[in-house]
Amino acid sequence: MAQEPILTARGLVKRYGRVTALDHADFDLYPGEILAVIGDNGAGKSSMIKAISGAVTPDEGEIRLEGQPIHFRSPMEARAAGIETVYQNLALSPALSIADNMFLGREIRKPGIMGKLFRTLDRSAMEKRAREKLSELGLMTIQNINQAVETLSGGQRQGVAVARAAAFGSKVVIMDEPTAALGVKESRRVLELILDVRRRGLPIVLISHNMPHVFEVADRIHIHRLGRRLCVINPKEYTMSDAVAFMTGAKAPPGEAIAA
Amino acid sequence: MGEPNTAAQPSQEFEKVLVNSSTDVASFDTHDKTPLQKIQHFLHSTPAAVPFVVLIASILVFGLAIGGRFFSSYTLTLILQQIAVVGMLGAAQTLVILTAGIDLSIGVIMVISAVVMGNCAVSYGLPAPIAVAAGFLVGGACGLLNGLLVSRLKLPPFIVTLGTWYVVMSTNFIYSENATIREADVTAVTQWLHVFGVTFKVGTAVLTLGVVAMVALVFGLWYALNHTAWGRHLYAVGDDPEAAKLSGIRVGKVLLSAYTLAGLIAALAAWVSIGRNGSISPSAAVTDYNLQAITAAVIGGISLFGGRGSILGTLIGAMIVGVVSMGLNMLGADPQWKVFLTGVLIISAVAIDQWIRKVAA
Repeated sequence: MAQEPILTARGLVKRYGRVTALDHADFDLYPGEILAVIGDNGAGKSSMIKAISGAVTPDEGEIRLEGQPIHFRSPMEARAAGIETVYQNLALSPALSIADNMFLGREIRKPGIMGKLFRTLDRSAMEKRAREKLSELGLMTIQNINQAVETLSGGQRQGVAVARAAAFGSKVVIMDEPTAALGVKESRRVLELILDVRRRGLPIVLISHNMPHVFEVADRIHIHRLGRRLCVINPKEYTMSDAVAFMTGAKAPPGEAIAA
Repeated sequence: MGEPNTAAQPSQEFEKVLVNSSTDVASFDTHDKTPLQKIQHFLHSTPAAVPFVVLIASILVFGLAIGGRFFSSYTLTLILQQIAVVGMLGAAQTLVILTAGIDLSIGVIMVISAVVMGNCAVSYGLPAPIAVAAGFLVGGACGLLNGLLVSRLKLPPFIVTLGTWYVVMSTNFIYSENATIREADVTAVTQWLHVFGVTFKVGTAVLTLGVVAMVALVFGLWYALNHTAWGRHLYAVGDDPEAAKLSGIRVGKVLLSAYTLAGLIAALAAWVSIGRNGSISPSAAVTDYNLQAITAAVIGGISLFGGRGSILGTLIGAMIVGVVSMGLNMLGADPQWKVFLTGVLIISAVAIDQWIRKVAA
């Protein structure tokens, strides 16, 4: 890996009362790759992802984006820096339309006096861009962009959330368990979406419990255990059982993987 | 990305069979809906439709029962005059209910604002604009207090506003010593406090500036709720606060703005109520204005669970109550039947809301 990592974290610590969720965790993401993050329940995956996406502020440690130290106090700041997250619960507002949801928190206003003085939203511009983004990701079988999100199926909702992240994420896209709630066919579609996003050059952090999915799409696998990075493995050199053995502590990781 | 399944061969063994299956995963269900489902979908996207139909139906029913007298523009505009104050309070209540909250203090905030406006003008001899501004200041401050308690201390809105209801009501009685300010005393110092009582005629219809203010307020809020980012955020916060937060919306700020604005609207309603009543009575604080406002919102299809409904529905909901009460009045029925029917309407409205929500999937 001769390239500089785009996103790094060193020595992250996060404590919740007496529970230490992150114990000097490290993290590296390289440009254009899909990095899977796996780990047992309670290993601190979510805390680490939340620290990177701005949802929690770590107690100690340093996060760098393209070499610059960053300190996010809210997901808004992370988004402004180009890091988009697709949360496991998708963070969509069920009663609002697809277009409204895609632009939630970063609405486009009309140009001129209507936008400046009356703060009128530019509906047609938002709908047009939402439609473009969904088409780019092959989701334009969604005909009615003004349909409420709650009338969509699980896979379609996931598609909207991924499209939102891909549309606005300029540097990194983080996906938390994108296939956990989906059926076989819908999972397949979402995995294709993930590969599509990578093809556009965006690096992706994929958190998943689904080993077949992880081994299929990931370029590297970050194994989290007991609040820290245990090792990083290449999915082509190890099997799924190896990965499970590492993350549950049944087997010690190989020496060179720890250094990676 | 037209052919997803041929573009990338499934690499998992168990997924090989998928190639032969249908590929329209992300398409929308276009299968035929029963007429009932179509109605459900229509109502889901047009939340003010149910109260609108109920309003038209009740006007027709009372019109047939009473005859031409009821259809006169005089009667119909009289109803508008009667609902102006409750309609405004309902609009304020709607903002709060859309955030999945409730404001039980809205009625007493209105009363204390009216008392402050009257006292400033009559007892302290301040110029009318300053008296009105003082009323808005008090209303806004009460709303701000509610907002701070809900958004900063994260207390349940029901409890917060139940508490401020009592606090504001007692403050109102202590401050005013329960002394009514007579209409003549107000008129002697200024015309401006009664400005919303000014009537004008459009043909045979008699309207007050208060009615105009209510309609303007509702349409102004409708614009803000549907065509500004703030409005969309208000809906999102009421719908799913966690999702709204993760989408980058400052939930606390949105809540604070909703409660504060509700307080300011209550002060505007206070001004309108002075115009309508003439005198200013602190004992109006025992009137169930807050419940009337909630009733208008609920009958108008605003979901008490937040995030759903149109503010136009609240206006229609207030009109329904106005039509029913005027109609029963003209029929010479016992006034308790109005209360009875209001109760039936509330329960029906919530039942319909629950049914519409099941539209998903």
